[in-house]
Amino acid sequence: MLNASIAELSSALHAKRLSSVELTQALLARIARLDPALNAFITVDPERALADAKAADAAFSAGAAGALTGIPIAHKDILATSGMRTTCGSRMLANYVSPYDAHVVEGLARAGTVLVGKTNMDEFAMGSSSETSHFGPVRNPWNPEYVPGGSSGGSAAAVAARMVPGGTGTDTGGSIRQPAALSGICGLKPTYGLCSRYGLVAFASSLDQAGPLAQTARDLALLLNAMAGHDPRDATSLDRPGEDYTRTLDEARGGRPLAGLRIGLPREYFGEGIDPAVAAAVDAALAELCALGATTVPLALPNVRLAVPVYYVIAPAEASSNLSRFDGVRYGHRAAKYRDLTDMYRKSRAEGFGAEVKRRILVGTYVLSHGYYDAYYLKAQQVRRLIAEEFRRAYRDCDVIAGPTAPTGAFRLGAMTDDPLQMYLNDIFTVAANLIGAPALSIPCGFDGNGMPVGLQIQGDYFAEAAMLDVAHRFQQATDWHRRVPPMAAP
Amino acid sequence: MKWEVVIGLETHAQLSTASKIFSGASTAFGAAPNTQASAVDIALPGVLPVLNRGAVERAIRFGLAVGATINRMSVFARKNYFYPDLPKGYQISQYEIPVVQGGSLTIATPQGEKTVRLTRAHLEEDAGKSLHEDFHGMTGIDLNRAGTPLLEIVSEPDMRSAADAVAYAKMLHALVRWIGICDGNMQEGSFRCDANVSVRPEGEPTLGTRCEIKNLNSFRFLEQAIEFEIRRQIELIEGGGTVVQETRLYDPDRHETRSMRSKEDAQDYRYFPDPDLPPLAIDDAWVERVKALLPELPDAMKARFESQYGLTPYDARALTASRELAAYFETAAAALPGGAKLAANWVLGEVSAALNRASLDIAAAPLSSRQLAGLLARIQDGTISGKIAKDVFDAMWAGEASGDDAADAIIAARGLTQISDAGAIAEFIDAVLVANPAIVAEYRAGKVKAFNALVGKAMQATKGQANPAQVNAILKDKLGA
Repeated sequence: MLNASIAELSSALHAKRLSSVELTQALLARIARLDPALNAFITVDPERALADAKAADAAFSAGAAGALTGIPIAHKDILATSGMRTTCGSRMLANYVSPYDAHVVEGLARAGTVLVGKTNMDEFAMGSSSETSHFGPVRNPWNPEYVPGGSSGGSAAAVAARMVPGGTGTDTGGSIRQPAALSGICGLKPTYGLCSRYGLVAFASSLDQAGPLAQTARDLALLLNAMAGHDPRDATSLDRPGEDYTRTLDEARGGRPLAGLRIGLPREYFGEGIDPAVAAAVDAALAELCALGATTVPLALPNVRLAVPVYYVIAPAEASSNLSRFDGVRYGHRAAKYRDLTDMYRKSRAEGFGAEVKRRILVGTYVLSHGYYDAYYLKAQQVRRLIAEEFRRAYRDCDVIAGPTAPTGAFRLGAMTDDPLQMYLNDIFTVAANLIGAPALSIPCGFDGNGMPVGLQIQGDYFAEAAMLDVAHRFQQATDWHRRVPPMAAP
Repeated sequence: MKWEVVIGLETHAQLSTASKIFSGASTAFGAAPNTQASAVDIALPGVLPVLNRGAVERAIRFGLAVGATINRMSVFARKNYFYPDLPKGYQISQYEIPVVQGGSLTIATPQGEKTVRLTRAHLEEDAGKSLHEDFHGMTGIDLNRAGTPLLEIVSEPDMRSAADAVAYAKMLHALVRWIGICDGNMQEGSFRCDANVSVRPEGEPTLGTRCEIKNLNSFRFLEQAIEFEIRRQIELIEGGGTVVQETRLYDPDRHETRSMRSKEDAQDYRYFPDPDLPPLAIDDAWVERVKALLPELPDAMKARFESQYGLTPYDARALTASRELAAYFETAAAALPGGAKLAANWVLGEVSAALNRASLDIAAAPLSSRQLAGLLARIQDGTISGKIAKDVFDAMWAGEASGDDAADAIIAARGLTQISDAGAIAEFIDAVLVANPAIVAEYRAGKVKAFNALVGKAMQATKGQANPAQVNAILKDKLGA
């Protein structure tokens, strides 16, 4: 039962076959058993979790329970939670407790979820391996010698190891989808502006978007229902009517439920540099989708090759400014000894930030500096618009775009620590969705030569979340990759 | 060598919104430190700015008042630098595309009216305050002011003297208060100027190297700082030196400007569009709504005063120095048919002088405009003379009577009604002639001045209440002149 999906657990809770307190206690016990080896959590708060669970059980008794009532979840530690520290995986905020909740945290709390704890991550979400955390690296439940991907690696590992049935992440350049792929679970980055960024500690404001991680497409839809919605506290939050992202999932469509669906296959997603086992798993998944009625359309997105360089100008530029507030003056780490103001800034930030964060602040400061702005930042923004136009044109010929989420499966801890450029190339298929602000998700579709999971990425046009989740759900109705559990989490 | 002075001003006007430009915290002045700083103002992790439309509305109002272009799309940018009272490590301002572009202001100078062109006006947030006293070697930070909305108004280098600059600053100060976007309180920092000053040989077309004098928060300091800076630059150049582009601070105690930082130490602010704020879109409907609510502007009102009341341009300009003064005049004039000029003279004369003596604003005048009209009506109808009216005015100012008919009450109580009865005046004059035979003799001997002495005696005898014109006429008659 502990390995069940959110939808299945919710049925059990509604049927009173299980109480939220029982479920929460069992999962807390599993966290206590597995997490010392995985380091997926920065904070676990059993007291608060059980209090939430009791409240949820009361809601069931009162007949006021919804689809997420009593479901234990974990938030990435970059989302502000009152009463539970929000560290961003950084020494800078190691003891920082927010006085308020992020919008998505509020939404999931209102839906009756049980907050178990906060998950580990690359420092300030900067990384693709969850190795840059001040609280130590996260390990992949499929093989602890391997990374879980990043930066939302803690949430991905926690869901993959079945320590929680669902969690939140944030995705600036693939930080939900890539760890979901490398950890063998599902993850969704919504359309920019669908989930308010209020309370999401900013990395790159024009790219950041919170989203759900879970075992199934249906669970992603359930979580997204509670996370999306207009928020006047975020000027980039979109004011549009809410929708039920599960609404099409139970439509009876016979044996060819995807009939009429056109899947675009950009040749740039299937070229060099892709691990053959990854390519094979993705091809097999595409064949399955075609068997369900879909057709494929070849596409060319020539400017997508520029997505990584464009991303690594824009994201550090915004980060260099966003992280200026961590100066040791009002909160966060302050050096114990300093000579004067400048020395206080220098030491506090030198001690508070790790190497990858410093690298990006330096790059970002450089590309925004006088005389370089036009050549880097402005040029990157122009290319960004070209990429967006290219995708808009592509969606005239197809409904969704598919390909591998990442070019390889998970790699060993430390394998890329000395080669940041190689690490950055892991984002090659994921960053475009952030640059253009469109939604994208990843679902498990096989394993590589090392027995590590492989993810299929499905991208859509703006606000195509429901359609994309429908495709993913139909795939999961016909396959069982999402049911595969790492040995350590086997019942 | 003859030198030409070139001055441009950058003015920060604090906008009179109840809450801050990007948060809901109050902008009220004088609260205990850090009690008016919200999570957004403190820049806690995860918070975001949300634009206060009231601040935009005030910027539009200003743009319309100076005949500027209201940009339909403007962009907020981040100006990045580290300072303890700048919580985010950047200031949100407008850089490449400001909300207001162009426009001009007409200023009155001793050489006549002059037009100063405006470059732009943009919205931005204020920083907090660093407190260096009372913390024993440490610095205190008060973030109450952080996020207060400012309109930075930038002029072209169109001023040619410190007097020009002061006239411009005063006109701008009057305008922002006139249109209700800024309380203009300079002590509280609601209106402060930076002056860009350079000099060049007369006739030289290219501008000299300029220095910027920061944070001048009184008209007097503005004038003194510019005067000093002009002298400094001319002396420097005439002594064989060159002016270095730099930012300077004015020290009012020592009457001098001092270098703060040179261009070489100028920071690279790494401006870029703030990704947290979509471009500011202003549609025609919004501009039209603001336009409809705009009060009559000083220039238009001045022109109307000239044509409607027959006032001189000088008086009309003086009466439109503030909305309150103009309203005071107009109310008095309305209650005094045919007496607009009289009202103008009194408002600019007695009333202004009394206000100056008491350091009062027109809004706090102890004499209402209706009361003034009541007094002036008695001059008009000959009840009292202008001279007696000044005494009555002083009594009214001192609060000797209240109500719209305060003047009448005082005139009655003091028995000041002018004597216009020819018979009565003749009696007084007869008595004067009898009592002063020597003066009468002088007059008859051809001393014309002696006549004035007799008029004075007659006025004295009537305690000034006799109609002076009648006294003249009757006296002449009696002396057979």
